[in-house]
Amino acid sequence: MTEKITIMDKKQLDLLEKLCNATAVSGDEFEVRKIVREEIDAVADEVTVDALGNVLAIKKGRGANKVRVMLAAHMDEIGLMIVKKDDDDDLFQFELVGGIDDRQLPGKAVLVGRDHLPGVIGAKPIHMTTKKERQNKIKVSEMRIDLGPDIGDKVEPGDRATFATRFAVLGPSVCAKALDDRFGVAILIQLLRQAPDHIDLLAAFTVQEEVGLRGARVAAYAFEPDMAVAVDATPAHDLPHWDEEDENVHYNTRLNEGPAIYVMDRATIADRRLVRWLQETAEDMGLPFQLRQPGGGGTDAGVIHKTRSGIPSISVSVPARYAHTAASIARLSDWANTVKLLGAALERVTPDLLAGERRN
Amino acid sequence: MTDLLSQLKEMLSASGLSGFESPIREIVRTAWEPLTDELLVSKIGSLHGFKQGSGPDPRHRVLISAHMDAIGMMVTEIRDGLMHVTEIGGLDHRILPGQPVTVHGREDLPGVVVQPPAHLLPDSVGDGPVEMKYLMVDVGLLPREVQKKVRVGDPVSYAQAPLELTGEALAGHTLDNRVSVAATTLCLEALQSRHHTWDVWAVASAQEEETLGGAFTSPFDIRPDIAIVIDVCFAKGPGSNDWRSLPFGKGVGIGYGPNIHPALYDAFEKKAKDLEIPYHKDLMPKMSGTDAMAVQIVAEGIPCAVLGIPLRYMHTPVETVSLKDIRRAGRLMAEFITDLDKDSLNQIQWDA
Repeated sequence: MTEKITIMDKKQLDLLEKLCNATAVSGDEFEVRKIVREEIDAVADEVTVDALGNVLAIKKGRGANKVRVMLAAHMDEIGLMIVKKDDDDDLFQFELVGGIDDRQLPGKAVLVGRDHLPGVIGAKPIHMTTKKERQNKIKVSEMRIDLGPDIGDKVEPGDRATFATRFAVLGPSVCAKALDDRFGVAILIQLLRQAPDHIDLLAAFTVQEEVGLRGARVAAYAFEPDMAVAVDATPAHDLPHWDEEDENVHYNTRLNEGPAIYVMDRATIADRRLVRWLQETAEDMGLPFQLRQPGGGGTDAGVIHKTRSGIPSISVSVPARYAHTAASIARLSDWANTVKLLGAALERVTPDLLAGERRN
Repeated sequence: MTDLLSQLKEMLSASGLSGFESPIREIVRTAWEPLTDELLVSKIGSLHGFKQGSGPDPRHRVLISAHMDAIGMMVTEIRDGLMHVTEIGGLDHRILPGQPVTVHGREDLPGVVVQPPAHLLPDSVGDGPVEMKYLMVDVGLLPREVQKKVRVGDPVSYAQAPLELTGEALAGHTLDNRVSVAATTLCLEALQSRHHTWDVWAVASAQEEETLGGAFTSPFDIRPDIAIVIDVCFAKGPGSNDWRSLPFGKGVGIGYGPNIHPALYDAFEKKAKDLEIPYHKDLMPKMSGTDAMAVQIVAEGIPCAVLGIPLRYMHTPVETVSLKDIRRAGRLMAEFITDLDKDSLNQIQWDA
């Protein structure tokens, strides 16, 4: 285990801050798409926005026998959609978009719509609750977003909302909303900038991952790559078990132990050749890495690997605690090492990597 | 004239959990320094601001009690760089997961209250609310740094930044009861250009949320003839619509019930009517839930009035208030105090 802190340069940190503070609830990825295009339009050889809103960027290599390597990171985040204004009050009902634990909602500040209007999800004063009531969670149907008494028609059904959390660096860590998957977006932008010229780098900034991996499917079809890597954030459940006698053996990943390489999740069984490729790169470079505990979860790789006649795929994630809440916490060093690992791995891609049959 | 919004935001930026009020006390001291003749700090930590009346000696005394302390949490245990906490004041554990907080250790550490993953909690929790004893605070530091910087007993404050909503509404933590301290400041400002014959003692009281410690002790030192207790009251809003809640942003509450001297209720009601300040009768059939519960029974007993500023989502980090009601409360107090004269006390009678 390494505790060496690698600080990303200021430019990358500022970019991640901008990306995390932007709002891009699944289906309305406009703000992140805009930032991505500002960053990559001058870097990539071709940039297109497809029918679903994916940003597809190509950085071409030189010479013959280039491997077409697809990288995917999703631009969208979990959030809320305003669905109805109360008949008799300036309060708004909302629905959840993506996998949000409803226990994370009461008492939160939110930003609503393209203008980021501040609002709050309140809760009944504790003084008015009974003990029995407090043993049950507060239902989403009972929650409202309150933007003040003069909101008028500045907000309307269909507007999206996110947590109002602002990006912060806490010592060796970053604390923000939507690190899942703005980490991936920031990493793809960086990898485009430093793309090696012996491969074609195909970067897909995807939409609607949180509601069904929709963007990645059509992006992979369009790119028709030889191989693909989904770059995402994955939960670090590395907290102590409530019972001190019990060891936490299901941690998925742990902070500070480097990029998480996937062998298997609920949606993908990674191509072993790609697992070895990443693992050997890390070992040769002296970079920390961890194998994500096989099990649940899924990434864009879940649909990419089954596109067309099949695309060898793998996922690499930055470990982050408290995904899908108002504030995730991750280590800057894990992010930096993920960039390093993927950067070095791309340098080592050759046609031999995928030659022959898929084998263990 | 102080800008109310910036004054409030400054107060919200200072911590001051019950029993740990010194940061907020310094802010209030600075605000009241030019408005008072003398400032004292009581043994329990309340701030007393004295503004002398113009009447002949001996003068009557009116006390304004506005508690300045905040609800929050305290570190009970540190495990693997994460902290368990307990509550200071009344917190609904259901609003805690994901809340930004500040841990006041050897230095102030920003962090988040976190709900551990289900498989690390007892099976009985299921997808129900997670009790406070299982929640933790993460400040993003490595365990050895946390061990150096945090100890059991360190206070933990809400850190949600205030949000300006539409219609002069402000949302944030600890508006309970910094809005009443702000209203008291507005009252003191108004009194600068007015004659008042009575002595005024403005108190930013300590420990209301836990022990009422400030409200039991400051009146003993001051021995006022009457007391105005100002606090927040419930505003109508989601989950809060019965008789206990007053309309939001549509006037101050004037408390009515056993903690309140009925003659003072009548006097405030008349004053509000005369000045056309919107108000609502705030019914408190058993108790007021304010400093008045203590002030009323200090020494030989003190006649109390209770004013309320309607607040939504009380005791959450997104309490919401209307600035209009804060101004109304400040003005009502100032007008009431200006009109106190040598006969006023005679009018505060039972069965009159």
